[in-house]
Amino acid sequence: MALDAKLEAALCLHRFGLGPRAGSIAAIATDPRGALIAEIQAADGGRINNPALLTSAEGARAAFRFRQEQRARRLVERAAREDSAEKRRDGAAPRAGEPAAATPASAAPKPGPGVPQQLYLEEASARIRAAVAAKIGFVERLVWFWSNHFCVSADKGNVRPICGAYEREAIRAHVLGRFGDMLLAAESHPAMLIYLDNARSIGPGSIAGMRQKRGLNENLAREILELHTLGVRTVYTQQDVTSFANVITGWTVVPPRQDSARAGEFQFNPRMHEPGTHSVIGKSYPEGGAEQGRAVLAALARHPATAKHVATKLARHFIADDPPEALVQRLARRFRDTDGNLRELAKALVTAPEAWDTTRVKLKRPSEWIIGALRAADTTPPEIGPIMQAQNLLGEPLWRPSAPKGFADESSPWLDGLSQRLDIANQLARRMPVEAEPRQMLEETLGPLASSETRQAVARAESRPQALALLFMAPEFQRR
Amino acid sequence: MTRHAPSRRELLLASGALFAWAYVPRLARAEGRDPRLLVVVLRGALDGLAAVAPVGDPEWARLRGEKALLLGSAAPALPLDSFFALNPAMPNLHRLYKAGSATIVHAVATPYRERSHFDGQDVLESGVGSPGAADSGWLNRALAALQPGGHAAGGSKDAFAIGPIAPLVVRGPAPVMSWTPRRLPPASDDTLTRVLDLYRHTDPVLARALEERLGLATIARAGGMDAQQPRAAGAGQVRAYFAESAGAAAKFLARPDGPRVGALAFDGWDTHADEGAVNGRLANLLAALDGAIAAIESEMKEAWRETVVAVITEFGRTARINGTDGTDHGTATIALLVGGALKGGRVVADWPGLKPANLHEGRDLKPTTDLRSVLKGVLKDHLRLEEAALSTKIFPDSSRAKPMPGLLA
Repeated sequence: MALDAKLEAALCLHRFGLGPRAGSIAAIATDPRGALIAEIQAADGGRINNPALLTSAEGARAAFRFRQEQRARRLVERAAREDSAEKRRDGAAPRAGEPAAATPASAAPKPGPGVPQQLYLEEASARIRAAVAAKIGFVERLVWFWSNHFCVSADKGNVRPICGAYEREAIRAHVLGRFGDMLLAAESHPAMLIYLDNARSIGPGSIAGMRQKRGLNENLAREILELHTLGVRTVYTQQDVTSFANVITGWTVVPPRQDSARAGEFQFNPRMHEPGTHSVIGKSYPEGGAEQGRAVLAALARHPATAKHVATKLARHFIADDPPEALVQRLARRFRDTDGNLRELAKALVTAPEAWDTTRVKLKRPSEWIIGALRAADTTPPEIGPIMQAQNLLGEPLWRPSAPKGFADESSPWLDGLSQRLDIANQLARRMPVEAEPRQMLEETLGPLASSETRQAVARAESRPQALALLFMAPEFQRR
Repeated sequence: MTRHAPSRRELLLASGALFAWAYVPRLARAEGRDPRLLVVVLRGALDGLAAVAPVGDPEWARLRGEKALLLGSAAPALPLDSFFALNPAMPNLHRLYKAGSATIVHAVATPYRERSHFDGQDVLESGVGSPGAADSGWLNRALAALQPGGHAAGGSKDAFAIGPIAPLVVRGPAPVMSWTPRRLPPASDDTLTRVLDLYRHTDPVLARALEERLGLATIARAGGMDAQQPRAAGAGQVRAYFAESAGAAAKFLARPDGPRVGALAFDGWDTHADEGAVNGRLANLLAALDGAIAAIESEMKEAWRETVVAVITEFGRTARINGTDGTDHGTATIALLVGGALKGGRVVADWPGLKPANLHEGRDLKPTTDLRSVLKGVLKDHLRLEEAALSTKIFPDSSRAKPMPGLLA
């Protein structure tokens, strides 16, 4: 039975996209599935073309320079303080007119956020703008999904200046490509190597390991097996974790002291690498420098458990907390059959009949909900501060998940923040452009999805801001 | 005329309101005056009868029953004249009234006779008789008319806009400055109630989630719910927000080099349920408004004697109480004028009476005064705008609504 075209279009925009803008529903009503597929066929799908944004290595170097400058300033200040303290001890009173502590003009601290925070906010701003500008936002949703799957956290000091670049370089570059390529890009990216401590993991039998007390760190190896590929409690053992950790010793980042021109880039450091053959999940990998690790990753990408894990997560994120088994199996098969082609996987998702069930059970995550409201009003705010604050308040601070597992794909954890959403909706409503007419906006963003109760509530609001707040809080706007 | 651009620090200190940089009225200046005008828009339709009660009307007590404000009751209404009394939640307004610095206009309304909030607010703020006909406000057009040469200057490069957008009343060709309050108003009880109501009817999971967080004990029954009154924002928070916003507005208007005209909006007045009378939802809002008035008086300092604050709302509410202890949308209501520049201490009303035959469409207080007359009276005598401009550019097609004389000292 064919659904009403407008209803399907509206559903499509909320479930697979980032929410309708004015005219979105009408624009795709003739063929919502086709519109989704067109979005993922587009040549530059998922890219952010902004020459002003730095590469992760450039960002790392800029952050390093900033910290150097800070350190230098502090040293100068301390020297000046000690100098004047010494003078006082020696009984010399400062002459009239002589400053108590001379601070050179160049040492005066600059006001405002430091370079790491600036880079973080610039990247956040680019991401938000891309999200608001996207036609449907399906590719954006996929970027957000994979970015969360391969998450890093800006709460780690050295990750903050490069986490945005990480998303562009490792995730966006491969979001419609091969899973194996994305896996390799993510796990060899400096942001990931720093976040999960692999950058300083040293094989006990390596040259460096024999000399120093520092040793192996299993964090990244474990999370690759548990979270990024096979899935928890599947085929791997503790031995596999240790073995894999040894394989990727030496996967590290060029430190500034070593080579300031290439600082911040990935490098394979053989002096940190545990030599020899290692066995991971029943397969032997001979010595081969960085190639050894790449081979393990390639095998993991092809493992059937990975296909199942990825398929389950994707279905859970888009369709239901407990996704239909038939759908998961179909997606896993497609993943395996196409050797992890993520574009084909996305196509399989949106052409699945289960994906078009009109019962909306999922709750939009805070980031999705907030962007949906901005798109509803066709507005990109000049400052992203309030958006970042709103996400923080609702428990989804951008690029700062509390654990490598990332933000939850299930809906129930997000229900807790519903009353805070009310306050945010109230504030969002007050920042909407003057032309925002609530009843019109309801038609354009919910259309046939809106219940008569929601229509009535919006129409009977006591003021335009309240009407908009009610629209954003409506169940049809909260769910997808 | 030089205009002062506020420093960023000043802007950040303010808790948020909307102002227009005024060209100080030439004629007023010539008279040695420096008038200020602040328009306060109450969104949601204020129940005029519950704020200023016609205690002298023989039908009053019967009409509102135990909700009727009365002089002799345990929480007595504050007497204004032989006919009207003020809700006891507003002692500051009462004091100012007695001191001749407040005038109340009753049974007043715009020409709008439907009962939609959006359209009513449009008419209220645009100054045009029908909704959707203008994208500028009467206050902005009044400012534009005050400028030398009568043309609006500037264009977008003169306007500051750092945050939430200006209410319609102050939007238009004359340059407007606005900024983001550091603390936006909390979601009102009313908004929360409406969201909960919507959820209870359409999404029980969300309803439970919201209720649980707010610590409500709800007994879910199909159809009727027996829930406690939810509190999103405490009365204290609302009071603080009103006072802070109004006080900040006044600080700016008081500056010798600051703006002269501004507008604020306060939400929350749509009391369909549990309106209360001397206590409860409406009384809390009136107390907050009273505090705002006090804050304005306090922050204006010497400039108070040059000040008029006009408090207006889109329409009133039903004369009778409805089935949920509240009132529904009505027609005539009150307008308040407060300020040292007024010849106050009186209630201006051509009282239509409260017998059923006297009510508008048998349900609402009948309007006998056009709100535009009141506003024109203020603009004419306080800011010295010409009558011709008032009836054409500022309030189009309003020649039948003559400017109310004698409002100003």
